[in-house]
Amino acid sequence: MDRREFLSSASLALAAGAAASSLPWSHAFAQSARQDTLLLISENGPNNLDIHGVGTNRPGYEASWNCYDRLVTYGVKTLPDGSRSYDKDVIAPELAESWQVDDKGVTFKLRKDATFHDGTPVTAADVKWSFDRAVTVGGFPTTQMAAGSLLKPEQFSAVDDHTFRIDFARPDALTIPDLAVIVPAVFNSALVKKNATEKDPWGLDYTKNNVAGGGAFKVAKWTPGTEVVYVRNDDWKSGPLPEVKRVIWRTIPSAGNRRALVERGDADVSFDLPAKDFSEMKKAGKVSVASTPISNGMWSIEMNVTKPPFDNPKVRQAIAYAVPYQKIMDAVLFGEAKPMFGAASNAPDDMSWPRPSAYNTDIVKAKALLAEAGMPEGFETRLSFDLGQGIVGEPIAVLLQESLAQIGIKAAIDKVPGANWRGEMAKKSMPFMINFFSGWLDYPEYFFFWAYHGQNAVFNTMAYKNPALDKEIDAARVAAASGDTATYEASVKKMIEIAYDDAPRIPLFQPYLNVAMQKSVGGYAYWFHRQLDYRSLKKTVA
Amino acid sequence: MRAIARRLVTIVPTLIGVVIVTFLLTRVLPGDPAAYFAGPTADQASIDQIRAALGLDKPLPVQFLAYVKDLATGTLGAALSTGQPVLNELKARLPASAELTLTALLISMSIAIPLGILAAVKEGSFIDHVCRVVTTAGVSLPVFFTGLLFVYVFYYLLGWAPAPVGRLDVYFSEPARVTGFFTIDSLIAGDLETFRAALAQLALPAATLALFSLAPIARMTRASMLSVLSSEFIRTARAAGLRSRTVILGYAFRNAMLPVVTTLGMVFSFLLGANVLVEKVFAWPGVGSFAVEALIQSDYAPVQGFVLAMALLYVALNLTIDLLYGLIDPRVRLEA
Repeated sequence: MDRREFLSSASLALAAGAAASSLPWSHAFAQSARQDTLLLISENGPNNLDIHGVGTNRPGYEASWNCYDRLVTYGVKTLPDGSRSYDKDVIAPELAESWQVDDKGVTFKLRKDATFHDGTPVTAADVKWSFDRAVTVGGFPTTQMAAGSLLKPEQFSAVDDHTFRIDFARPDALTIPDLAVIVPAVFNSALVKKNATEKDPWGLDYTKNNVAGGGAFKVAKWTPGTEVVYVRNDDWKSGPLPEVKRVIWRTIPSAGNRRALVERGDADVSFDLPAKDFSEMKKAGKVSVASTPISNGMWSIEMNVTKPPFDNPKVRQAIAYAVPYQKIMDAVLFGEAKPMFGAASNAPDDMSWPRPSAYNTDIVKAKALLAEAGMPEGFETRLSFDLGQGIVGEPIAVLLQESLAQIGIKAAIDKVPGANWRGEMAKKSMPFMINFFSGWLDYPEYFFFWAYHGQNAVFNTMAYKNPALDKEIDAARVAAASGDTATYEASVKKMIEIAYDDAPRIPLFQPYLNVAMQKSVGGYAYWFHRQLDYRSLKKTVA
Repeated sequence: MRAIARRLVTIVPTLIGVVIVTFLLTRVLPGDPAAYFAGPTADQASIDQIRAALGLDKPLPVQFLAYVKDLATGTLGAALSTGQPVLNELKARLPASAELTLTALLISMSIAIPLGILAAVKEGSFIDHVCRVVTTAGVSLPVFFTGLLFVYVFYYLLGWAPAPVGRLDVYFSEPARVTGFFTIDSLIAGDLETFRAALAQLALPAATLALFSLAPIARMTRASMLSVLSSEFIRTARAAGLRSRTVILGYAFRNAMLPVVTTLGMVFSFLLGANVLVEKVFAWPGVGSFAVEALIQSDYAPVQGFVLAMALLYVALNLTIDLLYGLIDPRVRLEA
C-alpha cells in the first residue's frame, strides 16, 4: 500500500465512522439510558461484594445491602424535619412473610415466590446455610451475629422448604433487630457450594467477585477501584420494584471534583460530603442536600484511665471543662452537627440518646479542678487522632491543644495513619485521643456495651472498668430482653449519668451524614449502615 | 543481539535485589493490615484470624519464601483494597497510566523541543525568555494544583472539558480490549464516538502532566543545542553556505539529540511513577493511585507488585534508550 492509497482508504474509513455515529437512534438511546440510570459518586468503591469476606470495606456493605435480601429489614419513617430515615422500632418483612416469636425461639415463614438471580427458588435450607456461614467464617460477620446472641449453627434449622427456625441461645432483645442488619444476608447455597473449594469451603473467593443472592439489584460490571454498574432485578419479589433501572457508581477520589460534578449536574448523587462542602452547597441551593444525625454515634475525647494522670476523675473533668466546644462546632463542622454538651445536668430526664453532657467551656472551673487534683501547673501529654479522618480530627486537635494550654496542659499532637489507628486502639497504648464510635443497633446499652463496659472491647479505648457502670449496663440488657421497661429506663439513665460524671469519654457532637442530590432525585432515606439504599431512590425527569 | 542478551543477564541481580528490598521495606512499615481489615467491631480473636488468613503470623523468612514461591509461579498475591489479584490490577491499570503518560510526553515533546531549539538558535531573544518563563512556571506549579485549576476553569466554569470521572464518560462503554489504550482500541473497533470521548477525557490530565514535564525537556534541548551550535563542524557547515534550516535541523539537532533522549527516558519514568496526584485529581484508574492507596492501608502485596513492575519497566526503558543511542549515533553503538 503506498501513501496515496493509504490516505484515501483512511479518509473513507473516517467518513464511514462519522456516518455511523450520527445515526439518530444512538442519541435517543443515550437519552433514555440517562433517565433510567442513576449516577452515583463517592470517595471509595467496594473491595468485596460479600459482607462475609475478609476485610470487606464500607462501600462493600452497600453492594451487599442492595444485592442480597435478608429475612427482615427495618421500616422507614419520616422525621419531624421531613427527611426520611430507617425506623429501628419497626421490623418489616423481606424474605420472611411472617414470623412467630415464642419463649425459646422464632419461626419464620418465607415467601414462596422469591428466587435468586439465577432463577433458583429461595428455600429455608439456603437461609440455614447462610446463617451457618455467618457464625462460622469468623471476623466481622461472626462478631456482628454474636451481638444478637446468634452464636452457633445448632441454633438454626430448616423446618421445611419455607419454614426457618432460630432457637435463642439466651434471652436477648437484640436478636431480632440483629437479623435486619447487613450480615445475615441470604446466599444461593447451591451456587456458592458449586464454586467452593476444599481450602475455601464457604466459597468466599467466589462471592468476593460474584453476587450469589436474590436482592433488588444485580452487579452487571465491577471494575475495582473505578466503578460498579448495577442493573435492577426485574423478578424481585421481596418489596416494591425499584424505579431506577440502572445504577452506575463511580469512584471519584478528589472531594473538589465530587462537588463540581454534582453542581454541574453531571452526577445525580454525591454521597458522604465533608461538612464544609455541605454547608456551602446548602447555601448555594443549586442541588438538594440531605443530612441526618448518625444514629448511636458520637465524636468524643477519650482518656486512658490506666495512664496517669488520667486515672484521676478530677483531671478528666478539668479537661471536660477546657474543651472549646462551640469553637469546634463553628470552625470544624460549620454548625452541621448536633452539639453534645451544655445540658442542664448529666442525669438524663428522658430516654433520648445520644444525649449532651452537662459540660461546657469554663476555663476558671477547669483550673480549679486541676488544682484540686494536685496539678495546678498542668502536665504534658500526647493527643492522638486518626489521620484517616483527619478532615475532622485535625482541626479539633489543634483547637483542643490551644485551649488546654490555657490551663497549663501541654498536649503534643500525634497523627496516627489510618492503617495503624485500629491497631493502636486495640493495644490501648494512646493516653489521650479524639475518636468516633457508632453502633449499628441503635440502643444506648449497645453503645455502652462496646464503648464503656469492663469487657474492654476495642472501642473502650479508655480501658475503663467500673463495676457500678457494668452492673447498670448488664441490668439494662437483661431488662430489655425481658421487656421490663421500668428497670430498663432506670438502668439506662443511671448508666449515662455515671459515665458522664466520671468522664473517661467526653462527648463532643453527633455528626451528620451528608448527601447531595440533583433536585430530580427523590426517595432518599438514611440507613443505620450509613450507606445508600438504591431501592427507594427515584429520578423524575424535569 | 548478543549485546542485548548480555544486558539482560545483568538485570537478574538487580531484580533479586528489588525483590528482597521491597519485601523488607513493606514489612518494616508501621501499621497492622490485619487490624485495619478486621473491620469496625473486631475483637482480638477476629484480628488474629485475619492475620493467620493473610499468613502474617509466620516468621519473616517463612513469609519471604512463600512470597518467592508465589512469584516463581507468577502470582503476586491479592490486593486487599480492591480484593483483586495484584497481577490483574497491574494489567488493567498499567495501560491507563501508560496512555496518560505517553500522551503527556507527546504533547510535551511537541512543544518543548521546538521551543528549546528556537531558544538556543535565538539565544537571548524574546523566544528565549518565553522558554524560560514557561519552563519555570511549569516546574514550579505542583501538578495537583494545575490539575484542580484546569478542572475548575475548563470543566466547572467554561464547561469545555468533560466531567473528570476517569477514562471514559459513564454513558460510554469500554472499547474491546486490544492494547488497553482506549484511544487506540476505539479506533481499532471503528468507534469514533468512543474515541472522541476517550480523547476528551485524556486532554486535561495529559495537559497537566505535560506542563510539568516541559521544563526538563526544553532546558535540555536548549543546553545541548547551544553546545552543539558553537562547535566547529557547525561553523564549517555554515561557512560552506548550507541553508540555516539544514544546518540546525540536519546537523546540529541530530547531534544534540543524545542528551535529549536520555532526558526523555528519565522524564517518562518519573512521570509514570509521579502521576499519582494527577490520577487522584482526575479519578484516573492508574497504577500510581493504586500503589499509594495500598501503601496507606499497609497492604503489602500490591506495593511489592508495583515496585517490581516499575523495576522491570525501568530496565526495559534503559535497554530501549541504549538501543536508541546506537541508532542516533553509531559511535555509541553497543560493542558488538
